[in-house]
Amino acid sequence: MLVTKQNRLEARIREWVEQFGRDRSALLPILQEIQKKYTYISKHAMQVVAHELDIHPVEVYGVVTFYSFLSDKPQGKFVIRLCSTISCDMAGRDRVARQLQNDLGIKFGETTPDKKFSLEWSSCLGMCDQGPALLINDEIFTQVTPQKCHELLNECKKAFASHAVRQEADQ
Amino acid sequence: MWKKPSHSNPLTFSTIEPEKGMTEALRLSPAEIIENVKKSGMRGRGGAGFPTGMKWQFAAEAKDDAKIVVCNADEGEPGTFKDRYIIKIFGNLMIEGMTIAAYAIGAKRGIIYLRGEYSYLRPLLENLFEERRQAGKLGKNIQGIEGFEFDIEVRMGSGAYVCGEETALIESLEGQRGEPRNRPPFPVNTGFQGHSTIVNNVESFAWVACMFAKGINWFKSVGTDKSTGLKLFSVSGDCKQPGIYEFPLGIKVSKLLEAVGGEDAKAVQIGGAAGLLIPRSEYERTLAYEDIPTGGSIIVFGPDRDMLMVAKNFLEFFVHESCGQCTPCREGNEKLLEGIKMLEEGHCSMHYLNELIALGETMRLTSKCGLGQTSSNPFISVATHFRDEILGRTNLHVS
Repeated sequence: MLVTKQNRLEARIREWVEQFGRDRSALLPILQEIQKKYTYISKHAMQVVAHELDIHPVEVYGVVTFYSFLSDKPQGKFVIRLCSTISCDMAGRDRVARQLQNDLGIKFGETTPDKKFSLEWSSCLGMCDQGPALLINDEIFTQVTPQKCHELLNECKKAFASHAVRQEADQ
Repeated sequence: MWKKPSHSNPLTFSTIEPEKGMTEALRLSPAEIIENVKKSGMRGRGGAGFPTGMKWQFAAEAKDDAKIVVCNADEGEPGTFKDRYIIKIFGNLMIEGMTIAAYAIGAKRGIIYLRGEYSYLRPLLENLFEERRQAGKLGKNIQGIEGFEFDIEVRMGSGAYVCGEETALIESLEGQRGEPRNRPPFPVNTGFQGHSTIVNNVESFAWVACMFAKGINWFKSVGTDKSTGLKLFSVSGDCKQPGIYEFPLGIKVSKLLEAVGGEDAKAVQIGGAAGLLIPRSEYERTLAYEDIPTGGSIIVFGPDRDMLMVAKNFLEFFVHESCGQCTPCREGNEKLLEGIKMLEEGHCSMHYLNELIALGETMRLTSKCGLGQTSSNPFISVATHFRDEILGRTNLHVS
């Protein structure tokens, strides 16, 4: 990581610490912000957070690795989480899963080499009466069919193209 | 993006005049509110069914100047989606309930622990808070009551089912891994950062507001003696009209199936992955705390469903979601899942199956929290009720 990028990360973390406080209970909100901004929580970020909250970095690592929405490895700009639970399973999630893998060329738990997409399983998304359901970042999609996967991915690619330049500059 | 439920029946919540419940309740003294909630007989709508009035009384009696009201919106039980609907459509009713609770126990701070999967609901909740602050319904001197101060914030979960367990939820709020605590002490005595804390489900708070609007006697008049009131059910699976339904507690499984178009079901999972699998022969049982307690998740399995696949799905879920803290749950679920794979491949002896059931019973008795105590339920139910379907398999369609 370039020094300037590193400095910016540290500055951002300090801003979030100002916002949420130095109490241990601020740890999750801070980590959630880092996750949202950087798609993962790097070792360096964990150390900075630990230093700011005056706890051991391993405490931060323990929390990051416990929660499935926090990642210690870089994820794609779009994280696709397909609901694996029984109702979506019965509604045909396996075929959606297969097609997502085919269209993205990755398996579940992986990220595309261009860092655009990550594919994950998720526990119940609370859309059981209209499965199969999936989340793309914060947005929910229901009654997804294998054919619809392609459309969804295309929408993401379009959105990515228009934001990519700005996001690069922002990092 | 908002998705309304596929089907629904008329809900009491939509007939309640806005703010009436809170206005009526805040005319009473805190002690009278608790007395009324106790009299209503209401038990927690999240599934565990602890009497709400008693919980509030314990918290009210605690000596603490920083009590906290927590709303458990970590709706992670497979097959449950009613809380998402309540937050979206009846969010104010839930907040009214939280405010009533705060007044009753003497809390100034409220937290809604919203699951990460529902982060799209966060802006909506924050708008509601802001509107209520403007209208003097949150903040200082609420409803003109001198010294009654209460405000709410949203805290997000991060994708951990176990955080729906109240002590794990508190750990998570404190910035820890979501590992359940030993109880006692209970959160009403030693909760968030050591302060007296009540944790209630989204639906529980909404019903509290509702019962003060419509009267305690109205609430008591529905349901059974031990399970008073109405309850929302999230219905999914093999039925003609899945969706959100309201029924009085004490309804028979067969009646519910009729209402949702699932009469031909060969089994129903009640209460989600941690719940019970009810075979056809038991459809006359009732959904009530004295028979089958439930948080409202109803998953219907049609005549052609492979029940082994069902048990496998639930066990994969528990293997993933076990926090790993205690051995029976961490290791037991792995063993049961291995057993499922043996059954799939058709080489599990009856002797070994019985051993696995015994293991499941040990997990019930020895696990630390509700997750491990209930995670063997689906396996035991399928192995008990559908033996002929799961033993001696020859159709090897294993992936």
